Amino acid sequence: MAFLQPGDMDAILLSLKVATAATAVATPIGIAVSWLLVYGRFPGKTVLEGMVHLPLVLPPVVVGYLLLLLFGKNGWIGSFLLKFNIQIIFTLTGAIIASAVVGFPLLVRSIRLGMEAVDNNYNHAARSLGAGAWDAFFTITLPLSLRAIFAGMTLMFARSLGEFGATIILAGNIPGRTQTIPLAIYDYTSMPGGDRMALSLCLVSICFSFAVLLLSNAAGKSMERR
Amino acid sequence: MNLSCQVRKRLGSFSFQADFQISGAKVGVFGPSGSGKSTLMLLLAGLLKPDDGRISLGDEILYDRAAGINYPPEQRRIGVVFQHARLFPHLSVRKNLLYGYKRTPKEQRRIQPEDIIRVLRLEHLLERGVNLLSGGERQRVALGRTVLTCPRLILMDEPLSGLDENLKLQIIPYLNGVSTEFALPMLFISHSLVEMRLMTDQVLMVEGGKVVDLTSTEMLAKKLWGSGRQGYTNLLHLGRPRERDDGLYVYDWGGVPLVLTEGAEEEENVFILDARDVLLFKKHPEATSARNLLPCRVTQLTPLGNRVLVELRCSGQQLTVQIVPESVRELELTPGREVVAAIKASSFRLADS
Repeated sequence: MAFLQPGDMDAILLSLKVATAATAVATPIGIAVSWLLVYGRFPGKTVLEGMVHLPLVLPPVVVGYLLLLLFGKNGWIGSFLLKFNIQIIFTLTGAIIASAVVGFPLLVRSIRLGMEAVDNNYNHAARSLGAGAWDAFFTITLPLSLRAIFAGMTLMFARSLGEFGATIILAGNIPGRTQTIPLAIYDYTSMPGGDRMALSLCLVSICFSFAVLLLSNAAGKSMERR
Repeated sequence: MNLSCQVRKRLGSFSFQADFQISGAKVGVFGPSGSGKSTLMLLLAGLLKPDDGRISLGDEILYDRAAGINYPPEQRRIGVVFQHARLFPHLSVRKNLLYGYKRTPKEQRRIQPEDIIRVLRLEHLLERGVNLLSGGERQRVALGRTVLTCPRLILMDEPLSGLDENLKLQIIPYLNGVSTEFALPMLFISHSLVEMRLMTDQVLMVEGGKVVDLTSTEMLAKKLWGSGRQGYTNLLHLGRPRERDDGLYVYDWGGVPLVLTEGAEEEENVFILDARDVLLFKKHPEATSARNLLPCRVTQLTPLGNRVLVELRCSGQQLTVQIVPESVRELELTPGREVVAAIKASSFRLADS
């Protein structure tokens, strides 16, 4: 890796860490929210739907700023967490939260479409065979939506790798702590003579994205074959 | 089975209503497409909630709106064999078969997987994915999967409709065999009269969202013949075929030998004989081209317009013949009278062709 700068490896590892953690944290929540949107019957469903999708259309900077208000020292959650000496802003956790929130709509959209595509007749068959509603969900609906869930996770992972706007506001741009690949590239571009270094990281970024895409395709195919 | 059902259900512009009580092991639900047969199935299985009414099986109430009782499907112990099998695509044949079995309390498991696998001949399919099965195999797995939950009643929702004619007749013995061998009562839903006659003794007739009548399957066949909607056919279970030197086949019809042009591989087959293809003679004709001449006794005459349905008994077997009133007069047919029925060897059709 001769073409990379010493600090670049940190940024790369951090990016992978943030994207993995954000995806891991968001997936169970994404499944639960998708379930609510597909099967739930409650007032305010449209509001929930709107809120889930908002980060998709809002500028990431706006999302970051709202998160900053929420998790800041005087924010609802921030002030509560401070009692336990937990700080979110300018930390790795902050970067993970920013990525998770921005990528969440992509995840939910995909899982939801997958769940809706599962023929309700399978659910009927499972129920008539003695499975309760939750049992049928976990043994039939969820496994049959696996491809969609995986597709959603891939999208979210890729989106997290590229997250910039919300992260820089909530987690800052601290080398070795919160500086992911996009943030590092941003630093290089504002540095005189940093073009070559920025380009190297761009190349890494492209490789990662391409690898995720290939992996997602391969997994989709292997699930199809079963 | 002792099933009592009084329910109402509105689904958009369609409204369904039923009020019946049935007992017996093999009951059919017969009616045209869209008449509400499947709705009845969903209501009984608990997959659809009635607007009002009461459903009870044996001495257990499954649904009673007034009393606020509504058992969920998994607690009703009513099995369903669906149209197009609905096997779980992500599970192997074995896992599909055991899905319900695993969820059945141990003390209720009176049917063992080995037995059902043997009866349905599924041994060689167990590790396969269900997407690689043929239509008939899929339906056999679906049947086994349901039977293994040891239900108190099996609902069969047009289980043969997705299969071609040839396969249907191959599956019917399995359905019948399983129901008899494991003493499982069943409600068989279909719009095919032949299937009804092969599978059931009594029939609930459903029309326009209403259960209109409970009748014997034979009565249903006559009724449909009477309304001119369907011709009357005899379904003959013929066994032990033997090929003669001249290429004809001799079948055994409950002790009566019958000569047929068509032969099949199986030990027993169902043949269709149109009621119009049988000739009646007052006395034994000396010679005729018909290869089967059967002495019979008239048991019943059912006239309808310009046709008469004559029921005959020949050596314990029943045969139904359709003739015109003029023939009845000339032959002086009355119940108890002896006649000779003539059937050509080529009038028998294998039920699957």
